[in-house]
Amino acid sequence: MKTHWQILVVDDEEVMCESLAAWLREDGYVVDTASSGRDAVAKARLRDYAIYFVDLKMPGGMDGIETMMQVRRLHPEASIIIITAYATVDTAITAMKEGAQEYIVKPCNPEEISLLVNRIVKVKNLQRENAILRKKLTRQYVVHDVVSKNPRMQEIMALCGEIASLRSTVLIQGESGTGKELVARAIHNAGDRASKPFVAVSCAALAETLLESELFGHEKGSFTGANQQKRGKFEMADTGTIFLDEIGDISPKLQVDLLRVLQDRAFYRVGGSEEVRVDVRVVAATHVNLQQAVAEGKFRDDLYYRLNVIEIRIPPLRARREDIPLLADHFVERLSHELGKEVGEVSEGALRLLLDHNWPGNVRELENAVERAMVTCRGPVLTENDFAFLAQTAAPAPAWGIPAGMTMQDMERVLIIATLERTQGNIKEAASVLGIDRSTLYEKIKKYDIPR
Amino acid sequence: MKHLYVAATEEVEREALAAVTARVAAEFGGPVRSMELGSVDFAFDPGRRQYGSIPVLDMLLQRFPADAGKLLAVTERDLFIPVLTFVFGQAQLGGRVGVVSFARLRQEFYGLAANREIFMERACKEALHETGHMFGLVHCAERRCAMSLATTVRQIDLKEDAFCAACRARLQRHSGGTQV
Repeated sequence: MKTHWQILVVDDEEVMCESLAAWLREDGYVVDTASSGRDAVAKARLRDYAIYFVDLKMPGGMDGIETMMQVRRLHPEASIIIITAYATVDTAITAMKEGAQEYIVKPCNPEEISLLVNRIVKVKNLQRENAILRKKLTRQYVVHDVVSKNPRMQEIMALCGEIASLRSTVLIQGESGTGKELVARAIHNAGDRASKPFVAVSCAALAETLLESELFGHEKGSFTGANQQKRGKFEMADTGTIFLDEIGDISPKLQVDLLRVLQDRAFYRVGGSEEVRVDVRVVAATHVNLQQAVAEGKFRDDLYYRLNVIEIRIPPLRARREDIPLLADHFVERLSHELGKEVGEVSEGALRLLLDHNWPGNVRELENAVERAMVTCRGPVLTENDFAFLAQTAAPAPAWGIPAGMTMQDMERVLIIATLERTQGNIKEAASVLGIDRSTLYEKIKKYDIPR
Repeated sequence: MKHLYVAATEEVEREALAAVTARVAAEFGGPVRSMELGSVDFAFDPGRRQYGSIPVLDMLLQRFPADAGKLLAVTERDLFIPVLTFVFGQAQLGGRVGVVSFARLRQEFYGLAANREIFMERACKEALHETGHMFGLVHCAERRCAMSLATTVRQIDLKEDAFCAACRARLQRHSGGTQV
């Protein structure tokens, strides 16, 4: 563990400097020396030393205290030990006030230095361990920030952890409001790119030309209003992740450009002739059925296959109703802090109302509903009355009707899709509900090309 | 072929020198050659009434025999480096020269009755320790290993007169014994 921690010995007397450095090297540390305060600060700029032994009296306008102050500005966490042959109470107080970890008088007992360095290293090892554990814990929370006890969602979160450090492109499909961006962020935050940029772009929000410039940047003068060169989102996301939301809405031209980026990891800025290379992980999302869009010729199949390396389908909230109480509590807890209201829980009656609602807008709609209820509620508990607006906005339950021209096969397809949705894709359960065996259900899924 | 040398200053008792030479030879695959160094008075610091180990190492480098691979000196003088009150010994890490002081290894130094057996054991352990540094070994976390750091004689006494398995393996990876 010692080689992790580098030490800098600072003393204008070479013999003093080298002898202490040699003694510390015998103990297994990597030790550098500096012959003045300025030399020490220059070395501190280049390397992150864990411990500094700094002589108090040094010529050249920068004494040990000044050196320590400058080093601490560069590395506040560094441990600095002031050494002096001329100890006075005043200098000791000044050194400690300015942030010296220890103040030792030379010559000092070898045991004293040995114990001191061991103590500092022990603390630094614990701090490092603590930082690693914190990071791991944060990652765990980030993945689990997608609140769910639904088995399918838990599978998705486990998958996010597994694929987090890969560079493979991910395609997230799901209805609006299901948390596609949250899943994309979970993938980014759980992987090696966590400390690098995460850049989200909504492809549906901008017109084709604007989106092109937004994604790839532009050169000065490439179009009216392009007064200066601008970096695109792909460049901003270099070494990190770009999240392309509503990818199903991009134009055919942009589909071609995007395909090139995915193939070559390179592109040209709008109006530019210089190739820009990037190391970006692409996570795309859409609420439309891309497979169907491909079949209908609206989306390039080669781009679809490039995007769909890892596919994640997020189930709608109505297919994971067990998450509704959990999510409601989660939003109540979070919003009570944000809104400064002391609301602690959701009543049973209100929960029944929430469970009965169809949630076409999914988790986002639930979040908005909880926020609206919290804004207007008067007590510490959210009641049915606080959610009364849901009954007004809820679409009437569709009457069971058979559209004209519907065939037996159409009917069977609809029935299988609805059952699979209710059983959250569980084939065994769906087969049991439908009264057929599993192999028959598999055949029908294949026959009707039902996505799973 | 380069040899390991054990050199002694003029005041070192010959019996202790022989014991240290034999131990080093056994450990590093002798034969070990001997050398006389005379006095180290040039390294005396009147202010501290001790002998600087750095001038001693410099002298060893100057007198380094042509057929030597490593040169370990032993002295009765009390050694120091400027920043520390004393050192039991000093060596160039992965280098050619090292020195061991017997002064603080004797019970008499601490006002206790002389004990020859304890002194000899300490001398051999410290000779192995400094020679180990010359072969590139750093301090070992295993307290019983001869390469563990000792800043008191009690810590030397807790060591064994041998290297631990890990340090021995590191030595084996080195070019082997005294052939450096």
